[in-house]
Amino acid sequence: MNRIEIRNAKHYQTGEVVSLYIENGVLKDQLSGEADKVIDATGLTVMPGLVDMHCHLREPGFEYREDIKTGTASAAKGGFTSVCCMPNTKPVCDNAAVVEGILRKAELVGSCNVFPIGAASKGLEGKEIAEMGLMKEAGIVAVSDDGKPIATSNLLKKVLEYASDFDIPVLNHCEDLSIAEGAMNEGAISTSLGLRGIPAIAEEIMISRDVQTAEYLDMPIHICHVSTARGIDIIRQAKKRGVKVTCETCPHYFSLTEEACVNYDTNYKMNPPLRTEKDRMAVIEGLKDGTIDCIVTDHAPHHIDEKDIEFSLANNGIIGFETALAVGYTYLVKPGYLTLPELVEKMTVNPSKILKLGRGTLDQGMPADVTLADLNTSFVYTKEEILSKATNSPYIGETLDGRVKLTIVGGRITYDELC
Amino acid sequence: MGLRSKDLLGLKQLTAEEIMEILDTAKMMKMVLTSGNKKTSHLQGKSVVTLFYENSTRTRLSFELASKYMGSASANISTSGSSVNKGESLLDTARTIDMMATDIIIMRHSQSGAPHYLAPRVKASIVNAGDGMNEHPTQALLDMFTLYEKYGHIDGLKVAICGDLYHSRVVRSNVIGLTKLGATVSVAGPRTMVPVGLDQMGCTVCRSVSEAVQDADAVMGLRVQLERQQKSLFPSVAEYSRFYSISEDVLKLAKPGAYLLHPGPCNHGVELPTCVYDCPQSVINEQVTNGVAVRMAVLYLLMARRNQNEQN
Repeated sequence: MNRIEIRNAKHYQTGEVVSLYIENGVLKDQLSGEADKVIDATGLTVMPGLVDMHCHLREPGFEYREDIKTGTASAAKGGFTSVCCMPNTKPVCDNAAVVEGILRKAELVGSCNVFPIGAASKGLEGKEIAEMGLMKEAGIVAVSDDGKPIATSNLLKKVLEYASDFDIPVLNHCEDLSIAEGAMNEGAISTSLGLRGIPAIAEEIMISRDVQTAEYLDMPIHICHVSTARGIDIIRQAKKRGVKVTCETCPHYFSLTEEACVNYDTNYKMNPPLRTEKDRMAVIEGLKDGTIDCIVTDHAPHHIDEKDIEFSLANNGIIGFETALAVGYTYLVKPGYLTLPELVEKMTVNPSKILKLGRGTLDQGMPADVTLADLNTSFVYTKEEILSKATNSPYIGETLDGRVKLTIVGGRITYDELC
Repeated sequence: MGLRSKDLLGLKQLTAEEIMEILDTAKMMKMVLTSGNKKTSHLQGKSVVTLFYENSTRTRLSFELASKYMGSASANISTSGSSVNKGESLLDTARTIDMMATDIIIMRHSQSGAPHYLAPRVKASIVNAGDGMNEHPTQALLDMFTLYEKYGHIDGLKVAICGDLYHSRVVRSNVIGLTKLGATVSVAGPRTMVPVGLDQMGCTVCRSVSEAVQDADAVMGLRVQLERQQKSLFPSVAEYSRFYSISEDVLKLAKPGAYLLHPGPCNHGVELPTCVYDCPQSVINEQVTNGVAVRMAVLYLLMARRNQNEQN
């Protein structure tokens, strides 16, 4: 018997001080007996456990960067109770055996729910459709060739059609590789730094392709990590026409710009690259008007030897679990762009809805995935506190608001800063 | 006065005053260089290592001679014949050099920002001898020194730079340096070789080589970096030389007596014909001599700063 009572918490939507009851891993309106544990949440805000629909846990194959144990511990520290891991592992997660392996490992050592995303094409090679039906039976929640785009229009059409037979969401990394051969956003700053650029149109051309294809087939598509003003506008116009398109962005696209690259610091190197201030504001506008449905981390741990090198040679990506909520709160809620409920919705309800996870709610009878955060005091994010194996974060040393204090997954406390 | 930083990473990091100090010091060094006895003792008891990940004739030899004329112990490492070929990282290589009590590491690397990356990680001073497509500060300094010698000032000059602007670290350093000293710079090249936002570095991007060269006090050709072409940016050498080279006719559009510069090595018949290379206005060979003087000045000033820091 496992009964938890959370007292004096401020509800993220209503602002009312409430109590939450958890029994046998499920949210209840009251407990059937005395609580085994009482958590005094005075001063803390309670929200549904966060859901990250785009991350890299690196297992199997790249355990020197991250593994399921450390990755999910890092996720729990950031208030995440469910994470969806991309298939660019080694071997590639393009068959049921790898999916089962990930799920079994997550059950054994994980600190949150892990929902694998399968490869859209075998080996992520962009040629043949992967065994998505069998992978769905094993437990995938979506398919994607993330890290790479679904290579051709022809393959995209087949993937969307075939995935629809199994009701599997398709997520696409939008980048026309033939025009994207750089290390940062193409513009005056890349020119000044002598770095090859990835132009905004590399992303926008493929978003157009994807939206057109989804519209033609009348099938859903989800666009990963949008970062440019025109790309967002293409999605906005498509949504108005009724195209079944959804999309996500990452905290770095609404908090940082290409200017951060001027010292060749590889913790600002990611793909899509950091864009201009105009793009950053367009991302915020897209979040405000609902064009952008979700905020995801794209948590991408890398070994120091893959980051502490020459800029162009360094790997793309940054870790993001532990800072996502704080960066969202600091850069979106505090300046008044989003309300707290809107921010939380984009980090819980919406991704859960797109992937049909049945999470992201505090309703009674649902799995007790709960996050408590202190939204009133600032903190400095330090390298020493990082639980991920990797430390490639641009937010180290930054003062942020909105620190996660406690995370509960299915009634199990997975992160606790209160004691 | 003196330099503010332990390293010379680029002209972006230098003030106009620092650039002028280097040019004025180079004047003295040129006197030494052209005198009967080139040997000085400015770097006596010091060590200078050149670390070149890319090929070089002028830059490397001029740095090496400069340091030897000034009395330092100097050594070279190149990628072939060193542990770089065994896969040793840039950082490990640089730390190894650093731990042999090296005072100045002169480096050339194919990656933009490589010297900026190393500078805070080693005790030695880093001199950027060309990093990817970013900067080639001592080349621009010697170009500016050449004009400074000829005109007595840089302020108010109009300089045209033509050719492969996209891959060129020379154009970037020159635009930064020349504009800091008050010159105006016009650039031209095939549109496929004009990087986005180049004008925001302070130059005027012209539609044609003729337009850029019009009324210029100095015209600089840039080497078409055939080895850096990843894909066709122009259809053929024949077409390039017909439309984008600095021909005799084009050079006539500049002010009478305008000087012609080229950083070398030159693809004869591509960026300019041999008759222009050898014309009376050409100072291409003088640039080579000035390169040694400027590099002596840079080594002198960096070492002076190191000595000062040691004393403090």
